[in-house]
Amino acid sequence: MSNEIADKVKKIVVEHLGVEEDKVKPDASFIDDLGADSLDTVELVMAFEEAFSVEIPEDAAEKIATVNDAIEYISKQKAA
Amino acid sequence: MSGSGTSRKRVVVTGIGVVSPLAVGAELTWKRLIESQSGIGRITQFDASGLPAQIAGEVPEGPTAEGGLTLSDWVPVKEQKKMDRFIHLGLAAGIQAVEDSGWKPESEEDRCATGVMMGSGIGGLKTIYDNSVLVSSGKARRLSPFFIPSSLINLTAGHLSIRYGFKGPNHAVVTACASGTHAIGDASRLIQHGDADVMIAGGAESAICELGIAGFCSARALSTSFNDSPTTASRPWDEERDGFIMGEGAGVVVLEEYEHAKRRGAKIYGEIGGYGLSGDAYHITAPAENHEGAFRAMQAALKDARVTPSDIGYVNAHGTSTMADDLELGAVERLFGDAAAGASMSSTKSAIGHLLGAAGAVEAIFCLQAMRDGILPPTLNLDKPSRESVMDRIPHTAKEKHVDIALSNSFGFGGTNASLILKRFKA
Repeated sequence: MSNEIADKVKKIVVEHLGVEEDKVKPDASFIDDLGADSLDTVELVMAFEEAFSVEIPEDAAEKIATVNDAIEYISKQKAA
Repeated sequence: MSGSGTSRKRVVVTGIGVVSPLAVGAELTWKRLIESQSGIGRITQFDASGLPAQIAGEVPEGPTAEGGLTLSDWVPVKEQKKMDRFIHLGLAAGIQAVEDSGWKPESEEDRCATGVMMGSGIGGLKTIYDNSVLVSSGKARRLSPFFIPSSLINLTAGHLSIRYGFKGPNHAVVTACASGTHAIGDASRLIQHGDADVMIAGGAESAICELGIAGFCSARALSTSFNDSPTTASRPWDEERDGFIMGEGAGVVVLEEYEHAKRRGAKIYGEIGGYGLSGDAYHITAPAENHEGAFRAMQAALKDARVTPSDIGYVNAHGTSTMADDLELGAVERLFGDAAAGASMSSTKSAIGHLLGAAGAVEAIFCLQAMRDGILPPTLNLDKPSRESVMDRIPHTAKEKHVDIALSNSFGFGGTNASLILKRFKA
């Protein structure tokens, strides 16, 4: 399950930020490493919400800074 | 400052860019225009079969080298979704104009002396529509964070400044169908006033969406009788005209203070000779009686340029293919008096439709190209004028004529009028 989530998260990041797939490493920061600005990250979180049918409240969204942060948060929500 | 003094700064045009229903590119658009080609066709951007007006002037898709729009050649794929189409088109024309001018300010001082003034009549109408539908279906939380910045009219100026580092005045004009003309006129004044040495100015529009076409249909402004013969629909002054044809596109000029342009050896397309503005104070969509507001705008432009009607060899009319065409003709005749017989006037909207807030910018560029090449663009489909005139309206085919000074008119809903005088450059 978590591999599925990881793959899907990576795919969304590639699509939305227009970056090469091999750059989307677990510890890659959306803003520092993948060229996103603050609005990009808002859109990214919305895309995660849509794709995984989860709600990510604003205070949680603010803490999602890296690819791994996103995978972990979504995995936890799905497991709950 | 500007106006009466003899030492007024001169403003010249050193770069041009056009995106039109005829082509992406100023020169290819011009070539097709004087070949009497039409850019009007059936609407492809949405299913218009349920609407009274089903035709428009859409920017052709295709390879850049062939004059088509390949958006990724102008805007990176990742950035495209952050902008409505009107900004895409404005950027494509703006990039052309800046590259054409060769002006690449490196120093902070030069960057701060370079500004942007881009108008639009309507802005991101389709984006607003799409997001309204989301809200209406209970998905307000799903709105893109880029919804607002992709719809705002001044974001074309914003994106151009960000792309090139132009830190001077950053402004946008919103005067409906006069936006493009006002942008060039106002930007010229900023240079004359000393706020900037260089201004990137023009207009961009893309309102060929269901909301835009349906809205103008409701206002009874669009042609509805020529859905099966789109290229014959835009027929300014012709007795069978029945409304304007919506077009989309963008026109951008690089305006530059003359001494600045001379110092860097820039090529010069022409000079902004004068600018006049007026308001009708009459009706929200109909022009004032006898188009007296238009008359005053033209009169003010002539006064500003210190020229007389007999100096003007070409008028690019607002001429939208509506009932108002004859009112404009009457106003031009009254202004020109005896000089009317020697002047030529055409409406290039006959070929590209009405680009609303981009119209005046594209048409000012046509005036510069006409003077450069000694060729005046035609009024297509002018088979039988509804009103005779001593003025030559260049029916059907382009005409060779040496012109030193041209006049370009734009009038907008709300009763706003703007006229520009463009001059062949003489040092």
